[in-house]
Amino acid sequence: MLTAAIVAILVTMVLALIRAFLGPTEYDRMLAANAFGTKTVLLIALAGHALSWHSFLDVALLYAMVNFIGTIAVMRFFEYGNTRDNEGSGSTP
Amino acid sequence: MSLVFEWLSALFLFAGGVLCITGGVGILRMPDFFARVHAAGVTETLAAPLLLIGLMLQMEWSMDLVKVLMILVFILATNPTASHAMAKAALHGGQKPLVSDSDGAQTGGASSNN
Amino acid sequence: MHYLRILLFLAAFWWFLSGYLLALILALGTLSVLLVTWFVHRMDRVEGGYQRLRVGLGLFRYLGWLMWQVVLSNIALVRCIWDPALPIRPVWKRLDTRVATPFEKALYANSITLTPGTLTTDVKDDHFMIHCLDPAGLQELKGGEMEQRIRSLGI
Repeated sequence: MLTAAIVAILVTMVLALIRAFLGPTEYDRMLAANAFGTKTVLLIALAGHALSWHSFLDVALLYAMVNFIGTIAVMRFFEYGNTRDNEGSGSTP
Repeated sequence: MSLVFEWLSALFLFAGGVLCITGGVGILRMPDFFARVHAAGVTETLAAPLLLIGLMLQMEWSMDLVKVLMILVFILATNPTASHAMAKAALHGGQKPLVSDSDGAQTGGASSNN
Repeated sequence: MHYLRILLFLAAFWWFLSGYLLALILALGTLSVLLVTWFVHRMDRVEGGYQRLRVGLGLFRYLGWLMWQVVLSNIALVRCIWDPALPIRPVWKRLDTRVATPFEKALYANSITLTPGTLTTDVKDDHFMIHCLDPAGLQELKGGEMEQRIRSLGI
């Protein structure tokens, strides 16, 4: 069943890639990239266990963090045109 | 006991895999960006926990188990923030959500008031 | 004072993740712990400084309830995605809110977004902008059960 789950994750990654290529807006592409990143984390965790790699979970954890920070950074860039602090730019969650 | 864990794990992994593909199909099928964010949410809020819990049920008690739990909590905690950031950036960039009027027909443009 | 607590917590966390006893690794770990503490110090200038979240049993009970809501709305959305007709009726409307403190607001907005089918696109003083795949989701939010539960946490 672990193999089946890994195949399902791979299929989803392909679907996300199709959306990333189709677009049509840059936000769609970023959404697809974010979904792809989450799937990568799951893939590393599951495949690492299946193949009993050493310390794969650290890689997965780090990838989850990088994926999140990357999404936020790119979105800030889209929103303000730069990644520097903007005063009075509305509320942050 | 371990047989119960084995079956439970298989069940979780299967459900997670199906939901994962569902999210991918949703990302492809939905008509506009904001609807796609909802579809992506399916994979991240339910498929990821199911897959990781299925994985945890297969592992023996060790530090790694806690790490899987941390990945799970991290994904759940950051997913809404990332979705919100994407939606906010898309709105700021001039994207308008597709909304349906009372007949159920879909029109462009926004009804931000009322 | 609370920086010392953060420092100790980070050091323990680092130790938990690493577990190595080599001089180089320990030096790098010390460096990263100090760096993160400095980042926290820098970030404390944003949005009124240091605030403490009171974590209690109520919060965990709320999170459990939230996960159940997430499962329920996921089932509805999965059914919708596999339906050949794709029966979605998206709405984008204002939702008046009564949550007051920053923690309540953050928790409410994140809870709405975490639940598939509803998405917070903007957070203002007295209202959120909500994108819903179905008007029923908005009606449920307007019913205010989630908001009531968050307000009763008293965070």
